[in-house]
Amino acid sequence: MVDTVLGFARTLRHAGVPASPDRVEAMLQALGSLDVLDPGAVYWAGRLTLCSGPDDLDRYDAAFAVYFSGERPRAPRTAGQPEIQLAASAPLEEGPGDGGDEETEAPDLAVQASADEVLRHRDVAELTPAERAHLRRLFALLAPATPVRPSRRRRPNAQGAVHQARTVRRALRSGGEVTRLLHHRRQDRPRRVVLLVDVSGSMAPYADALLRFAHAAVRARPSSTEVFTIGTRLTRVTREMRLRDPDRALAASGSAIPDWSGGTRLGEVLKAFLDRWGQRGTARGAVVIVCSDGWERGGTELLGEQMARLRRLAHAVVWVNPHKGRSGYEPLTGGMQAALPSVDHFVSGHSMAAFEELTGVIQHA
Amino acid sequence: MLGGVSEPTVAPIAADPAGFPGPDELAAALERTGYLPDEGLATAAYLALVMHRPLFLEGEAGVGKTALAHALAQITGRPIYRLQCYEGLEASQALYDWDFGRQLLHLRAAEAAHATTDTESLEASLYDRRFLLARPLLQALEDSPSVLLVDEVDRADDEFEAFLLEVLSDFTISIPELGTVRATTPPLVVLTSNRTREVHDALKRRCLYHWLQHPDFDREVAILRRRLPDVTEQLAREVARATATLRTLDLLKPPGIAESMDWATALHTLGARDLDPDLAARTLGAVLKYREDTERVQSLAKGAIFGG
Repeated sequence: MVDTVLGFARTLRHAGVPASPDRVEAMLQALGSLDVLDPGAVYWAGRLTLCSGPDDLDRYDAAFAVYFSGERPRAPRTAGQPEIQLAASAPLEEGPGDGGDEETEAPDLAVQASADEVLRHRDVAELTPAERAHLRRLFALLAPATPVRPSRRRRPNAQGAVHQARTVRRALRSGGEVTRLLHHRRQDRPRRVVLLVDVSGSMAPYADALLRFAHAAVRARPSSTEVFTIGTRLTRVTREMRLRDPDRALAASGSAIPDWSGGTRLGEVLKAFLDRWGQRGTARGAVVIVCSDGWERGGTELLGEQMARLRRLAHAVVWVNPHKGRSGYEPLTGGMQAALPSVDHFVSGHSMAAFEELTGVIQHA
Repeated sequence: MLGGVSEPTVAPIAADPAGFPGPDELAAALERTGYLPDEGLATAAYLALVMHRPLFLEGEAGVGKTALAHALAQITGRPIYRLQCYEGLEASQALYDWDFGRQLLHLRAAEAAHATTDTESLEASLYDRRFLLARPLLQALEDSPSVLLVDEVDRADDEFEAFLLEVLSDFTISIPELGTVRATTPPLVVLTSNRTREVHDALKRRCLYHWLQHPDFDREVAILRRRLPDVTEQLAREVARATATLRTLDLLKPPGIAESMDWATALHTLGARDLDPDLAARTLGAVLKYREDTERVQSLAKGAIFGG
């Protein structure tokens, strides 16, 4: 039985459910208390111990069906729940001229300081692979500061309400005489930052830079930053983005994103985000940053409606459109027109300098 | 405690003190209290009971997460302690707190009796159990065996989560001034979450995870009939069917079982014996909690949803 369970755990890990050894141990323990010959009991023992979120459940069902090739004892999920498919591996978009990075890196960019200065203002879509590689290193220096909000948690402080526990403990030292009142007050906490990065075809030249920006933001505040990619579907890549190395984080995200360089269904995907995450709390009181060119394939009515909904939930909505950096740009696309009434800050995100500006906007949002 | 492989606790494969030989018997007992679990939930609750692992319940609001804890307390005959989580929840509200006012009074009394010379014994008398205010977590450990409901754990902040982890991993609380409190039998812990925030993996790893879904039609009718015995069978069936239809409409807040019970109660109070479209439209506020949802449902053909 142990071998069977270990084999199943391996299958499960392949399917993307992180079945860690202690979880497997818990499953074995659970099986010890149940009837092992009942497929239903085996199914539930595994599901209860190995899964850790609704995203895991469909993967678990698929892996269970494959491994035990038994019937699923559970009714198919209700229509309200979006079906979660296994992420197909998609190559990470490197921009034009990929592959040659390593070889072409060394020769040019000899004069670092001034090159950095010029590079900061160049449109990332028009960079050579070497410049692109150099810009990646500049991203490591970007430290997005986080906005704050007042917390309910109190810490010792010179001002504020009287901290009874500390006051009494101090009074004890002087034989019960309260000589000084000690205080505590509320502290500031980081406000949640949510990045929605458009990875559709029309955004392909910027997606890499935007995801690197997202990575820098996650690294700065791992617990209060969420990253999703939008295209034809919604993918949460926060977990992948928490990897320390930006290249590994992007590669991991790349294989998690099934709709890389596909079309856009902004309205629908935004709705999926709000239904599954936003309204429950991810967007509540958060600074939400939508990085997209607003190119909407379908009608824009849904997008406008969902943006209004997002605006009601979020603390601030920032829209980053790389095309805004081009001279003479007017937000004429239907999607942009529909979204703009619900946007607090409309900024460009086409160059390093623009990203630096964006960090300022996020901090003071 | 943190990291590494968890301690291999010996699973009591023999029958639990509460006396449920298997998930089916537990389900039957729950049904007698009016809580109708499906197979998965019954297995989850049974395993939580025999493995002494906290049960982590997630799902839409109003599917009966909190009610399960109360039903489990009822069938096991254990007292239930509820900790409602919110942001900024601190150890002094979850674990214990010293009754500072009474401690100061005690000090004054000792002073008046000129008993303050021996500071050692004065301090010992000050940090006595009678000056300790037990909060839910400590209460649940002291009054063992018990059921501990940690409600909406996703609303607490991550500082609190780390601290909860400490308590749930070995079911002890150490009070520096008094000593360690250990539960003789680990409490049956039920954690609920509405998923407003992703709870940390370290906490989930110690728990059995269960995602609660809306009940299917037959179960919902059975629940309505059981909880609201005065409501006619006809009304219960039609409310269940209409609620199921509402759930497929992609609303901002799909109605849960709590809402369908409210709705049936509202209709019954107005004297309905079946779901009549006019009454249904007037009582829609019991099921739908957003203006957008109400407008949407009203604009759709009413007959299609509320028709018999």
